[in-house]
Amino acid sequence: MSLRLLTQGGAALVLEGLLWCIATLLATGIAAIAMARRGAASALVYGVSLCTTTIALLAAGAALLAPESLGGTLTLPIGLPWLGAHFRLDALTAFFLVVVNLGGATASLFGLGHGRHEESPGRVLPFYPAFLAGMNLVLLAADAFTFLFAWEFMSLSSWALVMAHHRRPGNAFAGYLYLVMASLGTLALVLGFGLLAGPSGGYAFEAIRQAPPSAQVSAVVLMLALIGTGSKAGLVPLHVWLPLAHPAAPSHVSALMSGVMTKVAVYGFVRIVFDLLGPPSWWWGAVVPLVGGVTAVMGVLYALMEHDLKRLLAYHTVENIGIIFIGLGLALAFEANQMPAAAALALTAALFHVFNHSVFKSLLFFGAGAVLASTGERDMERLGGLIHRMPLTAFAFLIGSAAISALPPFNGFVSEWLTFQAILLSPALPQWLLKFLVPAIGALLALSAALAAACFVKAFGITFLGRPRTQVAREAVETDRWSLAAMFALAALCLLAGILPGYFIDALAPVINAMTGASLPRQEQLDWLTIVPVAQSRSSYNGLLLFFLIALTAGIGAEVIHRWASASVRRSAAWDCGFPDASPATQYTAGSFSQPIRRVFGSVVFHASEEVHIPPPGDSRAARLHVRMRDVPWDTLYVPTARFVSYAAERLNRVQFLTIRGYLTLVFGALVSLLIVLTVWQ
Amino acid sequence: MILDAAVQLCQLLLVLALAPLLAGYVRKIKARLVGRQGPPLLQPYRDLLRLLRKEVVMAHSASWVFRVTPYLVFATTWVAAALVPTFATGLIFSYAADMIAIVALLGSARFMLALAGLDVGTSFGGIGSSREMMIASLAEPAMLMVVFTLSLLAGSTQLSSIAAFMQGAGVGLRVSLALALVALVMVALAENARIPVDNPATHLELTMVHEAMILEYSGRHLALIEAASYVKLLLYLSIIACVFAPWGIAESGQGFAAYLAGLAAYVAKLAAGGFLLAVFETAIAKMRVFRVSDFLGAALMLGLLATLLLFVSQVT
Repeated sequence: MSLRLLTQGGAALVLEGLLWCIATLLATGIAAIAMARRGAASALVYGVSLCTTTIALLAAGAALLAPESLGGTLTLPIGLPWLGAHFRLDALTAFFLVVVNLGGATASLFGLGHGRHEESPGRVLPFYPAFLAGMNLVLLAADAFTFLFAWEFMSLSSWALVMAHHRRPGNAFAGYLYLVMASLGTLALVLGFGLLAGPSGGYAFEAIRQAPPSAQVSAVVLMLALIGTGSKAGLVPLHVWLPLAHPAAPSHVSALMSGVMTKVAVYGFVRIVFDLLGPPSWWWGAVVPLVGGVTAVMGVLYALMEHDLKRLLAYHTVENIGIIFIGLGLALAFEANQMPAAAALALTAALFHVFNHSVFKSLLFFGAGAVLASTGERDMERLGGLIHRMPLTAFAFLIGSAAISALPPFNGFVSEWLTFQAILLSPALPQWLLKFLVPAIGALLALSAALAAACFVKAFGITFLGRPRTQVAREAVETDRWSLAAMFALAALCLLAGILPGYFIDALAPVINAMTGASLPRQEQLDWLTIVPVAQSRSSYNGLLLFFLIALTAGIGAEVIHRWASASVRRSAAWDCGFPDASPATQYTAGSFSQPIRRVFGSVVFHASEEVHIPPPGDSRAARLHVRMRDVPWDTLYVPTARFVSYAAERLNRVQFLTIRGYLTLVFGALVSLLIVLTVWQ
Repeated sequence: MILDAAVQLCQLLLVLALAPLLAGYVRKIKARLVGRQGPPLLQPYRDLLRLLRKEVVMAHSASWVFRVTPYLVFATTWVAAALVPTFATGLIFSYAADMIAIVALLGSARFMLALAGLDVGTSFGGIGSSREMMIASLAEPAMLMVVFTLSLLAGSTQLSSIAAFMQGAGVGLRVSLALALVALVMVALAENARIPVDNPATHLELTMVHEAMILEYSGRHLALIEAASYVKLLLYLSIIACVFAPWGIAESGQGFAAYLAGLAAYVAKLAAGGFLLAVFETAIAKMRVFRVSDFLGAALMLGLLATLLLFVSQVT
């Protein structure tokens, strides 16, 4: 590649390096097509992906910590001839590069071991590095054409990965739905960028920034951005494809799609709305958090009703995307009202949650992948007791579960805590609608956090605890070392970001500064690594201290009791109120665990109803419990749309079978009507 | 600094020492109210000591989660209780956790306990865990709405600042505060498995929630879980006392006499709170499990209403 690089200064060196990483990934993908049938292909592809993404991770991380290496721009003479392909590395891009490449590196590490179980490597290996390259490219793109090209490249390569096991029931439909929704999203983004570029066609982001659109156009672009990036991120009601498509892919790809690709969508939203659009109007801060709040609660309720482990995790992605959009929306509300410090807090909360979610969601999908590889089961009702057979996977999964449930001292709590602190700053907002809306959104956020804990008690408890429900669960074996290494690296990060959040928040400061013009107080200068959102007097949190206090009291308590009181343990049959039953079928199942919550929330949200059929005495037939639930967004939005489309298609089908006379009339009619439109227009 | 550390240490030991006494006191009052003699005041201490010395009987299917949980639950609850100002505010670690973090710490303890309920793989453990999480899914947001209300008034989520604010002159009677108090009491009843949500004395199988979850525990493990539940009751009473009756709490560096007065005031508040709890529990019947959602839903709505009133009344 002897390209003429139009560089400016040393900062471009980092950018060049990152582009070379992308090129390497693409080359690996092409090489994988040629050698997919060989045994070593899997190790090679994942090995190269691991090295490349690690380099990109280090480069992006270093750029984020040393702001003087940011700001490099580069224009390559590819793409549209009059435009070229613009690339730029700024703080926002660097942060999301860290998220993407951290996910990419750990997924590749996991893939080194997990990839051996792949039955059709030829359908996975070429697309995997291409998918990684696509996501990196979206982040670096600095003009609309390159952005959309990379966005579609990312969508299509991930679609190919979803279709890797296309013969499994349901996967073909998942892939189809994904394709339709991805097209819808891209359509919205094309229109949005078209409006941003204006009639003069300034597609470079720099040109868009210099000519911000009028208020009406901005409003339309905001909606288009919400649809375009929201359909990829999984905002309700555009989420329907996500819980079908993410689990259909191989598990490390599921982790990438759920943990990382949704973050690329968040990046798209932040880039368009915070950077390219002009100053926000206050009502944006009402629409976006409301969508986020509804998404968060709906996502977690869907997850609670689910007993497919991977699909449950995918629904939780919907929930967490909702939490992120609550933060983003609050930041918009504050920014519109010239409250930069509060906007900085809300945006920090959202972006920190972006990072946290990518970490624990990848970890959880790896855990689900390890279970799937070991037992061949995704259905929790057919698992159980895996903690005895897969102790290390279980431990890592437990950490991930605690982190996603926003429990201290893990990282999920810190970002939700920051979001709560941002909500507490919002009474100062002058608009009445916001005054009413924000507390309700706070309640939705609190509800989703509490429900998430219930959901992960179910996910971990039914899958890993209790007694094995099937033979495959009884015979499960611990997963391989590569997979374990990936899981434990992420679990360590969950704890680290939870007890030392100050460093992570400080690393975000350049991003926040660039987007809102303010940032949180420097956290690392505070005593004892405490974090404070605005000022020490308002509130503070110190995960490190809590962690040590709990570890210390638990440790001392255990030591004292074992030494002075008693340390003996006797194993016996379970007590179970005097009536232990040997059959594992008497345990609580995923369905029975969520039954109380289904009764409380489901009757409203899902129109859930239960019917119990008990045969009369003397009849030996089994009793039956029927549960009916409706997926309201699907039934009210998608089914009618699909029906209309197929109705219209059937009607239009006749146009394909006209005589030549008919076609000529049609062409003539079209020409005349276009001419009429043209004359009226002028 | 050293004084603050000493106060913190005193508080750490005080909550642990007082918690069983409070439980015994509530039991005693309840027994007297229904005309029974009741167990002696110190019975909970004896129970705990006896349980601690007994060997643990554990099911074959129990994993390390089952063994670790009692220690973690106890430690987490204890640390949370140690961070709530009881007789004095100047706690050296109070900056580590604000009210949101204290609620979340209790959430961590509940998370582990619910997992332990599922660990052995019995139907009672499952029923307890499942219902506990259902109750928590409403109680926790309601509690957070109460926290919102308080911190919007005080301008801080830090309990010591809230207590200082409530002691000040500018509070007055507010509708929001009354609503928040009612919501907080409802949450406290649910979180501590008290009547009308759950019955701490029951072993009637289908009505148990908390007791079903810990049914498989024995020996020192059971002692720790029982101690944790005593501490949790004390913690909720301390929060209510510290926020809604902050009189007498000693501030940092006020001298020995003030600390003693604070201690006396605190014990008096606990006695009053425990008495009210016992009266309430004797006067009311337990609800059906699926009525609990209405009860806690009302708490959540009260909390939300209290917050909304504050949002709306704050004019900038």
